Formats: sequence, C-alpha cells, structure tokens
Amino acid sequence: MKKILIVDDEPNIVMSLEYIFKKEDFEVFIARDGAEAIEIVENSIPDIILLDIMMPNVDGYQVLNYLKESEILRKIKVIFLSAKNKSSDIELGLQLGADKYISKPFSVKNLVKEVKELLNKKI
Amino acid sequence: MSSFLVIFIILVYLSAIFYVAYWAEKNSKSRWVNNPYIYTLSLAVYCTAWTYYGSVGLAATSGLKFLTIYLGPIIIIPTWVILMRKIIRISKGNKISTLADFISLRYGNDRFLGALVTIICVLAIVPYISLQLKAISETFNVITNHKITAISILDDTTFYIAILLAVFAAFFGTQHTDASERHKGIITAIALESVIKLVFFLVIGLYVTFYLFNGPVDIYDKASVLPNFETQQTIDGLNGGFNWFLLSLLSMVAIFLLPRQFHVTVIENEREKYLKKVIWLFPLYLLLFNFFVIFIAWGGNIIFQNQSMDADLFTLMLPLYNHHEFLALLVFLGGFSAAISMVVISSLALATMLSNNLIIPYGFLRRFSEAESEENAESIKNIRRISIFLLIIVAYLFYKSFTLDRPLVSIGLISFVIIAQLAPAFFAGLFWRRGSSKGAKYGIITGFLIVVYTLIIPLIIDSQSLESSFVNEGMFGINILKPYELFGLQIFEPVTHAFFWSMFFNVIIYSLVSVNKLGSYRERNFAEMFVDSTKYASLQEGAYVWKGEAYVRDIRKILTRFLGESRTERALNLFYLKYGIDKNTQLADARLVNFSEKLLTGSIGSASARILISSVVKEEEISLMEVLYILDETQKTKESNKELKERDKQKNEFLDTVAHELKTPITSIRALSEILLADDEIDNTTKNKFLTSIVSESERVSRLITNILDLEKLATGKEKLDLNENSIKNTILKSIDPFKQLAVNKGIKIKFNEIDDVAVVYDEDRIQQVIVNLVSNAIKFSTEENGEVKISTHVNQKIVEIAVEDNGKGIEVDELMFIFNKFYQSKNQTILKPIGSGLGLAISKQIIESHNGKIWAENVNPHGARLTFTLPLNKN
Repeated sequence: MKKILIVDDEPNIVMSLEYIFKKEDFEVFIARDGAEAIEIVENSIPDIILLDIMMPNVDGYQVLNYLKESEILRKIKVIFLSAKNKSSDIELGLQLGADKYISKPFSVKNLVKEVKELLNKKI
Repeated sequence: MSSFLVIFIILVYLSAIFYVAYWAEKNSKSRWVNNPYIYTLSLAVYCTAWTYYGSVGLAATSGLKFLTIYLGPIIIIPTWVILMRKIIRISKGNKISTLADFISLRYGNDRFLGALVTIICVLAIVPYISLQLKAISETFNVITNHKITAISILDDTTFYIAILLAVFAAFFGTQHTDASERHKGIITAIALESVIKLVFFLVIGLYVTFYLFNGPVDIYDKASVLPNFETQQTIDGLNGGFNWFLLSLLSMVAIFLLPRQFHVTVIENEREKYLKKVIWLFPLYLLLFNFFVIFIAWGGNIIFQNQSMDADLFTLMLPLYNHHEFLALLVFLGGFSAAISMVVISSLALATMLSNNLIIPYGFLRRFSEAESEENAESIKNIRRISIFLLIIVAYLFYKSFTLDRPLVSIGLISFVIIAQLAPAFFAGLFWRRGSSKGAKYGIITGFLIVVYTLIIPLIIDSQSLESSFVNEGMFGINILKPYELFGLQIFEPVTHAFFWSMFFNVIIYSLVSVNKLGSYRERNFAEMFVDSTKYASLQEGAYVWKGEAYVRDIRKILTRFLGESRTERALNLFYLKYGIDKNTQLADARLVNFSEKLLTGSIGSASARILISSVVKEEEISLMEVLYILDETQKTKESNKELKERDKQKNEFLDTVAHELKTPITSIRALSEILLADDEIDNTTKNKFLTSIVSESERVSRLITNILDLEKLATGKEKLDLNENSIKNTILKSIDPFKQLAVNKGIKIKFNEIDDVAVVYDEDRIQQVIVNLVSNAIKFSTEENGEVKISTHVNQKIVEIAVEDNGKGIEVDELMFIFNKFYQSKNQTILKPIGSGLGLAISKQIIESHNGKIWAENVNPHGARLTFTLPLNKN
C-alpha cells in the first residue's frame, strides 16, 4: 500500500482528500502545518506528499527545502497544491524541486490521476 | 649583539611580513582578512616609534603630558559612528582615494586646493617619516653596540631597510590602478604589526614594573624622591591646563587628518558597521599601550639617574643594561614594527596624493589623453611607484643631512600642527554650506605661514645654533612679533602657541573670505552634497546638477583611455541598466557626466577627472537657485516614485491575499461536491458531513465578499456614515445580544464593568459591527474553561473609551502592531482555523478612524488581551 501525506491547514480540503485517497487504497497521513509534516515524514517516510504552500509557521517551501537537503527524503514525490497560480509562483515551485504544481481549486479526479502517474513513473 | 645576527632577524621578520601581505592579497575574500578586528588594528598605525620610544622619553622628562596625544583620539572616537560614517559615505560615494581628493572635491573639484593640501601633507609628513627612519637607525646602533654615527649611505643598514619598505609599499600599494580600492595585503600586515608592537611593549612594561622593580608602588616610592618629581606629575596650573587642552585638541584633529589615518580609516574601510567595534576597541588599544609608559619612564629615571642618557631610549636601554639581550631584541622589533607600518602607510597615502592631486593634474593630463589605455594604467601605477620611492628616499636624506637631535615628540608635534591647518576647511566643509574654496585656500596658506614663523624658523635657528636676535627680540626687534610670544601671548609652550595662533588666523580668514565671497555654483553644489550627505546619497549620480551638451562617444573615448575597452563597456552597460537608458543614446545627460567623473576619480583623482570630462562637454553656467531647485525636484520625484511603488506593492499584495482567501473555500466546495457527484457508495453520515461543510464554506465566501466590499467602501469614503445621537450603553447591549447563547454554550461569562452611559453621535450600525467584532474575537481568544469577557466604558472630557477584555493568552508583543492589518491572523487562537475572514479588525479600525476615534490593543495582567476604541464626544 502506497503512503500519501496530505499537508494543508484547511480542515475541509483535508477531509475531502483523505476520503478520496483512502478510497483509492492509500495509507493516508495528515499534517496541518509544515512542522507537523516534517515530523511525519521523518517517522514514516511517505511515497508522495500533497503540499500546501501558504501555511502558518513553517510553509510549504521550507518543507520542500528540508526534504531536498536529506539524502533519503529527497526521493519522495512532491505535488504543490496552492492557490498561488501566477506563472512565477509555479516556476519557483518547480525550480525548488517539486514534481508537479497544481493550482487550487483543483479537480479531484485529475489530482488522483496525477498522483498515480507520478508513482508509476520509473525513476 | 652582532649586527649580522640582528640584520638576519630583521630580514626574517620582513619576509614574514611580506608573506602575510602576499597571503592576504591572494585570499582577499577570506574572513581572516575581512573583519572589524583587522580594521581596528590597522588604525593603530597611529602608534609609531614615537609612541614606542618618544612617549617614554616625554614621560621621563615632562611627566604625564604624553597622554594628551592619546586623550584627544580617545575622546573623539566614540563620535565616529556618526562623524566618520558621514566621511566614509561621502568618500565611497565619490570614489575618493586621499584626503586631498576629499577636500578638493568638497570645494568643487578645485585643482589648486588639492595640490595645496598635498604640499601641506608632504611638508608635514616627510620629516615625520625621517623620524621613524632615525628611530630604526638609532635603536639598531644601540642594540648592535655601534658607536659610529657618521657612516656613508651605502654602509648604512637603515638605507637598505628604507629601500625594502619602498619596495613593499610600491608592490602591494599599486595592485590596482583605482587607488580608492582597498589594499588588503598591506592592511593585514599592518594589523599584524599592531599586535606585535603592543604585545612586545606590554612585555617590556611588565618586565620593568614587576621584574626590575616590585610592582607599581615600588617604582612610585623610588621615583617620588627624585628631584622635580612633583612638578612633572601635575598639569601645572592654569597655563599647563591650556597647554593640555590644546594638545588634546591637536591630537583629536590629527586622528582624522594625518594622511595615514585618513587612509586606513576611510579608504580601507570595508563596512560601515566596523566602526561600531572601533569605537570601543581602538580606545582600549590606546589605553593598553599607554598603561606602562609612566612606569618605564620612572624606572629609567631611577636606574639611570646619574648618567646622561637619552630618555627616548629608556625602553631599549633598560633590558640591555640588565643584560637581557633577548628582551632588548623584542623591544627593538616592536619599535621596528611601529616605525615601518607608519612609513609604509604614510608613503602610500602621500604617493597617491602626489600622483592624483599634483603630478597628474599638473603634468600628465595632456599626455594621458592622447595615449592608449594599457599604457595609461601602467603610467599611473608607475607615477605612484616612483612617488613612493622618492618620498622614502627624500625622507632618508632628510634624516641624514639634518641632525634631528630634537626629541622624537617635538618633531612629531610639529607635523601635527602643520596637518591641523587643514582642519577648518575639512570640518567646516562637512557642516557649513557657505565655506568656499577661496576661504579654504587663504585660510590654509595663512595658517601654514604662521606655523613657519612661530615654530619652524625658530627651530631651524635653534638647531643650527645660528646667532640671531630673531627668537629673543622678535622680527626687526619688534617685541610683539617674538615668534614664541606672538602679540605678547606668553602662557603657551612653543607647539601649542603655534597651534593656537595658526588656528586662530586660519579660522578667521576662512570664515571671512567664505562669507564675503560666494563660491561658484559648482562648488556650492558639492557643498550641498557634503553637508547634507544623507539626503543626497540616495540621488547618487543625480546629486550633481549639470546643464550642457555632451556626446556619449566622446565620454566613452576618455573612459576607454583610462579604464580599457572592456571595463568601460561593462561600466556603461551597468549605468544604462541602472537608469533604464537606451544603449544607443547619443547625447549624454548629467548623470552620465557625473558617473564618468566618479569612475575616473579613483584612478587619477577628482580634479583631473573633472578637467578631462569637461574637455569634451560644453557646460552652461547655472545659478545656485536653479541648482537647489533641481536638486529638490529630483529628490521629490524620487520620493514620490518610491511612495507610488510602495502603494502599488501593497495593493498587489492585498489582491493576492483576497484571491487566496476566496479560492480556499471554493477549493473545498469543489472537491467535496465532486466526490458527492461521482461516488454512489458514499454513506449517509459522510454525505451529511460533506454537505454541511459545503454550506459553511459557501457562507464563508459570501461573508468574505461582504467584508471586502465593506472595507473598500470605507477606505475610499464611498459610503457616508449615518450619524445620529445614540446611547453607547444601548448600542453595547444590542451588540452582545446575539452572543448570549454562544457564550452560555461555551461556558464563557460576559461581564460589564463600570458602564458609563453617555450620548454620542455615531453610525450605530457601524459601531455595532465594531463591538461585535471585538466581542467575537474576545470569545475566540478566551480560555476554554472559566472564560471571561469584560466590557467597560469610560467617559473622559473629550472622549468615550470602550474596552473589551478577555482572559486568554494575550497577544504576542511582536504581533501587537499587525493585528489591525488586513488578513492578519494571530498565532494564539484556540481554534485552529478561525471562523473570521481576517478582515474584522481591519474593518473595525477603518470604521473607528472614519469616526475620528482611535483603536488599539494591549495585554493585561495577569493574562489576556484588551482592545480599546474611542469616540470623540464633541458633536462635530
């Protein structure tokens, strides 16, 4: 079973994503901010992370930086989920090393498809 | 000690210094080279052989007076964070490389003034360099037991040392053509030498105080029975007090204006913030250096009391006399370090001055403007190298041909007095707009002539033992013209006397001429820039007003000649980019003219730069009024541009946040509805939960929209307030009515403290909105158990104050300023995601301000936050 970590501070967004990925047979982890996310990542290395950018305290960029600095965590797939959708934001996110950048509001069906594609892709 | 051994040690020592300089030049980016400690230590080039030997000599013969040389700097250095920062900023902004450049630029790039300053500096400092060479030679003779004094130059070790120093200064001092660049190698070597000289001096101090004697008390006891002890150790009444005061003032001026000090402090400054270290560390260094001086002097007086011994040599003779040759060698090396660092920095600073302010502007300008760029850069460096050699050789010859048998201190002080003639032009130029170049020139010349009359001529007569009635009876036998007692002034010693009168006339002539004759517009433009340096620093190239006609290709041609093709290209591209100018522009504007002048200044000095550039531009005279007007306009446009940009940025940020805040609930709504739509197997509980969320998120969107519109209307004043006279108590009761149920559910008590009722004119709906916001915030922040919200009103003469207080965690101090900002959400909320839009307090603030009231937040004891707003009682 693949592990997915959902990082967002909006309870309703988390609720919908949790439901849909459980249904798709993922083991779902939830973090409500960046600090929590890092804790979970360290304890139970997920296969993929859905990462919000604008969060209190530790934001999404910082989480991604943290991952990229570690030899092991670097390989975890990361999808940014953010309401920031200017082309400069997207470019920055991808430059920092995210695998995908999906802007909010997103289509759930499409998101599931992207997640699966990323996980099936051979490195 | 054998002279071969000593020479060998000197060579080893010099190679070490060379190596350090070489290493620092190679690793110029290293943290070891770039730090405030190196910078501070390099300032200690102030302590020369004069400090090492001369202070002790002075202390032995005249007591505590030696301290004045260090008191002045110690007193003035704390002001450097302001004063020196200003000087450094101006110098950096204009690529100034010497003191002469600084003064000549202040007075409108005056070529003659720059040359005059250079000549004054050379006249003051060359004898001073001789003095250092003399100290090296004398101490060398003492330590090697040479008795012969008259030897030919080619047999004189000092001559070869002087040549080596010249090679060192010439090699490391001319790495760049641009003299305003920093010389990391030399500075690091100087800093190292500052450590060496201090440590060795402390060692000899400890040795004398605790080894030769039993501590300070013992020395004092033995010294105090010597003849003249009492009179030496006092300030000596009112007259002595004046002398003390003037000497301190003199050294205060010297720490700014000695060319070597200006060089290490201003030109070699890497970061302004180093000054913060300097202001305590450098005085500490000076204090440490002087700590043992008096004890060594007393010790010398005691031990050598019946021998005629040059007190200047006490430091060296004490260990030698007691057969501690190794210690004596340390003292010799310490003094040697002190002497050579002074020689190197002074000759470098003077050589730059000579080349940029005298030789190039008066001799080589025409030739340079015809030659190729590579040749020019090399010629400029060669002029500087030759100047360094010339200065050191002249200083050496000076020492050889004049028997400088005055004590070290007195010649040093004469240098100080001559240099001090630059003080009025320099300091007044920083703070007084009217100071003019004519005033500066006449002031400096007059002051210098007075020094010659009252100090130098008598000294020459004295030292050559000439028969003359000049000193005792005055010129032409006129009594009031006696050089040491000019106009009957008898209370001063020769040095302070000369300092007093020269300054007196210098300042008077400078001010009178400046007041009576206006400087040219160019001069006054630079005066503005120097005096108001912080205001104009931001204008950069725009700070000098210029009107006229010039072509880019002519200017480019000149730049290429001095900087080379590629550097010119790079500099110009940078310039175009900075100001957004098209690359193919034909006509040069004022900014390009100034920019080019600055570029050249580092290489050939400001006066030459100006002459070269003005040879290709047709400049029109403009009045000072016009200058000031244009400067003011430039300043204003710049500021208003900045304001506009700031407002734009704020607006963009606000829009970004609005978009983000609106998208968030919509994301939830979309995701949840999509699932509901596609998923047939969903159970009823989940379905209900999803639907409830969709409803609440939709409410959130509409609330947000209402709030944003509200804020917009209030901010732009589109909505008129519906002003009526109301009872504040009634309004509060109405506002909290909807909360009663919520409060009961959450177990929070809403309390009223001292409600003063009063009738006030306001828009009741709006004020209700404010109170609702504050109360709902307070409920949100209250502790979950025993929560309490207190509301109180308080009537003053002019205002009514309404406060809402909770007993939660309070607001973090660094948040207090921001909580009224749009979309600001506090960290200390008990509920993770607030129900609010993040606009409540921003709207409240807007409402209260449109009622001419105030709103603020504070923390209360023991815990909790209080938000208070006021409304004015007067009915208008």
